[in-house]
Amino acid sequence: MSRALISVPPKVKKGQVIEIKTLIQHVMETGFRPNSTGVLIPRDIISAFTCTYNGTEIFRCEMFPAMAANPFLTFHTVATESGTLEFAWSGDNGFSVKESAKIQVE
Amino acid sequence: MIRLGLWAAMALVAACGAATAQIPLNERRTGYELLGPTTKAIQDDDMSNPGMLWVLDGGALWQRTAGTSGKACAECHGDAAASMKGVAARYPAFEAKAGRPIDLEQRIIQCRVEQQGAPALARESRELLALTAYVVRQSRGLPIEDPLKDERVKPFVDAGRALYEQRQGQLNLACAQCHDELWDKRLVGNLISQGHPTGYPQYRLEWQTMGSLQRRLRNCLIGVRAKTYVYGAPEYVDLALYMMWRARGLPIEAPAVRP
Repeated sequence: MSRALISVPPKVKKGQVIEIKTLIQHVMETGFRPNSTGVLIPRDIISAFTCTYNGTEIFRCEMFPAMAANPFLTFHTVATESGTLEFAWSGDNGFSVKESAKIQVE
Repeated sequence: MIRLGLWAAMALVAACGAATAQIPLNERRTGYELLGPTTKAIQDDDMSNPGMLWVLDGGALWQRTAGTSGKACAECHGDAAASMKGVAARYPAFEAKAGRPIDLEQRIIQCRVEQQGAPALARESRELLALTAYVVRQSRGLPIEDPLKDERVKPFVDAGRALYEQRQGQLNLACAQCHDELWDKRLVGNLISQGHPTGYPQYRLEWQTMGSLQRRLRNCLIGVRAKTYVYGAPEYVDLALYMMWRARGLPIEAPAVRP
């Protein structure tokens, strides 16, 4: 199980632009590297990430082999209402991690 | 001609003398201080520092039972925030049974085998790096203790110093030549550090993962094309001890992020 670190400001004012930071543990093996015996190490990457805010998708990205290990993504959104942000990463070998964070809008 | 030879000899003597000159205490800089602003930013924020992922893993391992004893680290050592505080600042430390100093990783392996009755963790394994990172994290901000407070380690610090000042490898370079004399100069785009072990285990962007001080030393040895030692070799521990002595008083900053 991969660990993920998520940073969302817990309390914000309505209409405020907030920064969301996510960091997830993953080797992001490119599939182009040979191992010590010369055989290619199979590709193992995260290929998609989505973030939803109370069910509405606010950010999505695709990832490719050139991404560094342990991908760190930050993005911004406007705080509209209190609720939950949900984060989902998916990738090779059935990789799937879901996390969520609460946000309180005043 | 004779005069020229004499001058050359004198210049050589001066150069060799300078090779062993140590950095004055007030001119020491941690690797962090020599980082660029972007790498500093990654390290500064625990939410962006990838080393924290290993610290989290280590925290989970700390609570997990292992081995025939059925005990977790936490059952004997309790809350790591209290019991492990300052530990990283005084390792490698003398271990009476071994008759020589051992490093923190060795101590964790020993505890695992003897107290928990679990198989030894491999050097540079994910579990060992995670546990070490978790233990070292509890000492963040604390000054490195002077290893020579314990006089039993004196011969090992001396051995470490000899190694540090010994030219080796095809490039015929000693650690001291780069890290005592040429720090703050550039080597492939990065500033050469003074080699203070303040942030291990550390996340190296080049490695794309966490690694121990021994892995870093191994890197340097390969860099000068010298023979490396096997992980856990006493030479690495002696070197680490001398490096801790050089870095005495500097704050622990693990898990550090380096280029």
